[in-house]
Amino acid sequence: MSFINYLSERPKLTQLGIVLIVFFILMSMTGQYHDLIVERHLFAKSVVKGEIQSSAGFAESMSMILNWQLPPQLVRIPELTFYHPVINTSATYVLIALLVTAGLLYKSFAESVNKSQWLSVNWFQIISKGFVGIIVGLLFIPTLYNWFFGEVTSSTFWEIPTMLENFSQYLMFEFWLTPVYDPEIDDYEDYGRVRLFTRAIGASLLFLITLIRELLIGGFETVVSLANVFSDQSGWDWLGENKDKWYSSIPAIPWTVLTAGAFILGYKLKGVGLSILAGFSCIYLAVFGQWEPAMETLSLVLVAAPVSVLLGVIWGVLAYKSRTVERVITPLLLVAQTMPHFSYLIPVLVFFGIGDHAGAIATIIFATPPMIRLTLLGLKRVSPEVLDAGMMSGCHNYQLMFKVLIPTARRDILIGVNQVIMQCLAMVVIASFIGAKGLGFNLLLALNQLRVGQALELGVCIVLIAVVLDKLSLAWANKQTDYFADLSFVERNKTALLFVAVFFAALLFAWFGNWMFADTAKGINYFYTIPHNKGITTEPFWQAGVDFMVSTWRADIKIFNKWLLVEVLMPMKASYLAMPAIATFVLTMGVGYIIGGIRSAIVIGLFMLFIALTPWWERALITMYMLTFAVIVSVVIGTIVGAICVQNKRATKFILLVCDTFQTFPSFIYLIPVIMLFGVTDTSVLIAVIVYAVIPPTRYTVEGLRNVPESLLEAGDMSGATKLQRLVKIEFPLAFPHIMLGVNQCVVFSLFMIIIGAFIGTTGLGQEIMQQLFSGGNIGSGLILGLCVAFIGLAVDHLIQTWATKRRKLLGID
Amino acid sequence: MSDQQPVIKCDSVYKIFGKNAEKMLQNANGKVVAEEFQKAGCVVGVNNASFEVNKGEMLVVMGLSGSGKSTLLRCISRLTDATAGNIYIEGEDLLALNSKELIELRRNKMGMVFQSFALLPHKTVLENIAFPLQVKGSSTKDSISRAMEMVDLVGLTGRENYFPRELSGGQQQRVGIARSLAVEPDIWFLDEPFSALDPLIRKEMQDEFLRLQAVLNKTILFVTHDFDEAIRLADRVAIMKDGIIEQLDTPANIVLNPATEYVRKFTEDVPREKVLKIKSVMEPVGDETDFSDLRVSEDALIETVAEAVLGDPKSVPVLNANDDIVGVVHSSKVIHVLFGENSTLESNA
Repeated sequence: MSFINYLSERPKLTQLGIVLIVFFILMSMTGQYHDLIVERHLFAKSVVKGEIQSSAGFAESMSMILNWQLPPQLVRIPELTFYHPVINTSATYVLIALLVTAGLLYKSFAESVNKSQWLSVNWFQIISKGFVGIIVGLLFIPTLYNWFFGEVTSSTFWEIPTMLENFSQYLMFEFWLTPVYDPEIDDYEDYGRVRLFTRAIGASLLFLITLIRELLIGGFETVVSLANVFSDQSGWDWLGENKDKWYSSIPAIPWTVLTAGAFILGYKLKGVGLSILAGFSCIYLAVFGQWEPAMETLSLVLVAAPVSVLLGVIWGVLAYKSRTVERVITPLLLVAQTMPHFSYLIPVLVFFGIGDHAGAIATIIFATPPMIRLTLLGLKRVSPEVLDAGMMSGCHNYQLMFKVLIPTARRDILIGVNQVIMQCLAMVVIASFIGAKGLGFNLLLALNQLRVGQALELGVCIVLIAVVLDKLSLAWANKQTDYFADLSFVERNKTALLFVAVFFAALLFAWFGNWMFADTAKGINYFYTIPHNKGITTEPFWQAGVDFMVSTWRADIKIFNKWLLVEVLMPMKASYLAMPAIATFVLTMGVGYIIGGIRSAIVIGLFMLFIALTPWWERALITMYMLTFAVIVSVVIGTIVGAICVQNKRATKFILLVCDTFQTFPSFIYLIPVIMLFGVTDTSVLIAVIVYAVIPPTRYTVEGLRNVPESLLEAGDMSGATKLQRLVKIEFPLAFPHIMLGVNQCVVFSLFMIIIGAFIGTTGLGQEIMQQLFSGGNIGSGLILGLCVAFIGLAVDHLIQTWATKRRKLLGID
Repeated sequence: MSDQQPVIKCDSVYKIFGKNAEKMLQNANGKVVAEEFQKAGCVVGVNNASFEVNKGEMLVVMGLSGSGKSTLLRCISRLTDATAGNIYIEGEDLLALNSKELIELRRNKMGMVFQSFALLPHKTVLENIAFPLQVKGSSTKDSISRAMEMVDLVGLTGRENYFPRELSGGQQQRVGIARSLAVEPDIWFLDEPFSALDPLIRKEMQDEFLRLQAVLNKTILFVTHDFDEAIRLADRVAIMKDGIIEQLDTPANIVLNPATEYVRKFTEDVPREKVLKIKSVMEPVGDETDFSDLRVSEDALIETVAEAVLGDPKSVPVLNANDDIVGVVHSSKVIHVLFGENSTLESNA
């Protein structure tokens, strides 16, 4: 009896127990299909071959269930046939649907206070709810019935990728054509206007990138490519016409000028510290022979980042101004931020082609959402009194927005700018998949050749560019005006004058360099430019280190690896695949119900249903298994490390610095050492994932524990708690909601890396996305796969956010 | 004064929040019962407010949180639009102004101080104060020099290049005050300006405020939840509850004759010597001739002269503004005020 009392006092525990019991019962009911589903795709293949039915009828299903055997449609959700209302609807359905709708409307009317105005107040709801009611009644319920117990005749849902693909092809090549003059065949040809439009965007971005690139490294070479942009579009052979003119062979700016410029700019904006950081970063780039690729990357970022910031601020402001825009944009942003990078690449590839401009566009698409979110967040957080103060000062709308709201929201907007810059550089590597030149491309090459040292140097280049750009933009935004200084022209413009002086000095240097280095064997003018990979390098050192590690620990690692694979990972993967679909639904929706009630259960259910309806359910299960493993290990490591470090101020500072550095490092780099040690297995991917995903739980644990109010700690001490008791009983419970947000981030990070892990061979969703990308890009499959990944992330996100919000309210934190 | 038109005139102003507030108000025929509106999902902010504020007068609107005092102020500054009623600023119908005219009005005639200071975090003290001028389109040079004057006026000299976050609460509110005065407005709105400050600083700021008002003589609408602050500063006080103005009178009259039970509760603990003036306790000059050498003004607060009067065994003559003797005050009266027995007081008032 006492056991029942114990449970009835803890309803959540009881619910969890029931969910788990049902889950295991369902797990045990796979019966004859068990061997088919533990092997990926075997079930689907058997269906295609006709060895098994994909769904059983109602009576048959019932008898199967009575024999402790799940019917096939509950083991693997069959292809969905949309129910066609006009053909299949019986009068009963129509009647039931209409009756339910009418009943709901009557209930709303009966409960309204002011009956005479009921219609005018609720008309929108009546129409929308009626619409939903009719859809659900006429389409959804019969479809569900038909789908589980009827006959499967055709599959609509599985055709969505193809439909999307066909639609994009139609859009590009057949929709709204217009004749365009083609100089090569000297005739007019029909072009899709959409294609012309996307090509125009691409060309203008390319123009900007090439322009900056020409200034930085280009000289004659980029003049050629710049001219090509025009000749592609118009057939105007600018280069051919101007071959002899002096400006067709302008040299690029020597690297010394730019480095000196970085020193001066850093000093002007912030002071000596930033000056040294910016200047020495440039020197690093040049000395290590990465000047050219670094400048290529820089030119891409210098175009993509401002565009992202601008777009982000514009959309943020629009969303702030209009509720409708906000409502439409919010779910899109959520999805956009959890979609894996690779799935952006496919539509970009299809619509914009290959090249630096495509890289820039992919980067912009990826970097803009956080900017929008942060702009909106910042604007919403502006105190209403400040807004009032602006109005009372007599601002009109424009002044209110640009002089009051945006500057006041500056903190968040600047975080947004920081995010944009970080995202841009995170995309540098990924954008090189679709033809962006620069550090990313070289890094990819180094990875392919397993050159650890060079990849590391390149990674440092990327981090340095990110940090310097971030600090410079921050300092620029924080600059103050001095109203009382009465300065002469020279004093006011001394930095500009200094730069001009340095500019000419460096030019002179470069000119002298022509003679200085003329006699040396290589004949390279180091004062003008240090060619790619002709600088110094630390590669041998790193290589030796890795060789040493491999030779020393190889045997031990091999044993560990084998144990992990055979004893842990493979059984785990098999048990994930062995779940019948219905059991997965019971588990996830049950957890959703326990945490957030019926609403959460439905949200989770819909996310899962989407994945289950695609042809990639088994792949998603594999991704989920890797995700679970990586997240559990990362969270355990992260919270322990965080909790230990937070005991000491210096350790806290150190660990936060480590987190920052690791986060800016291009994530691909983590892959190399693990491949060398563990070979191409799931272990490698998982270790790389854990190294990357351990950052957020660590950081959030540190932050959460640090933010526990001092008074509570003192209260604990005065109650005579030991340090450990205090940590376990006071600090952890209070910091827990914050730590859970770290877990949430950890899930997103893990997903991101698991997808990248496909690069070295995993069988999850990532592999499928890669295949789509390399096979030239099926837009539909790419998008649906991206959505699958995003929905896994969003489902977890939804659960954790709901839980953390509830918990926070309970604890009375903000 | 009476022939001059009031600077602010409110004529049965209503502000009701909610979806169909206007229709509900029309149906109510001028009789708004808060509970009924609440049932329909509306919240009554201001309920039939009518009053006038004359030039150079300070009206303090006092009420607890949720009483609608800030809403009333926002209606008059038109930060929100009143649901019904008329508001006239110097005879001009405020609600009829289009947005351009409203901006002109705010740029030239209104200044406002906010509870949480509402300074722009990205601007220095000087830039904050110059902000209304720059918005108006003044040249940088003019606006900065004017802002410097204001910095001197509120006693922040030497801190003009600080950012708001580097200042204490009291200093921040000085910036807020300076900013609201930068365009030399005729009407000065203050929305709980000292509520966010420590008691000591609050007292100091009130003194500062009185000093400024003595110099500037603006028409002021001052909102507070602090009854002591209200009677200390006001020419007249309006006490609000649930959107309704319960009583609107001079501080002395409110303390002596609270109109409702609600108002009486506030007045209970108010030390009378801090509110009442000598005028209200003086007696007509009788047959006595043996006056003290001391002279007090009829407008002096009892508190300020009590010690002198009590130390004098003889009756003290009371002077009006023209230095004529209009009555006498005896120490026994002052003792009554200081130590109780209201009945005697009122019969003499």
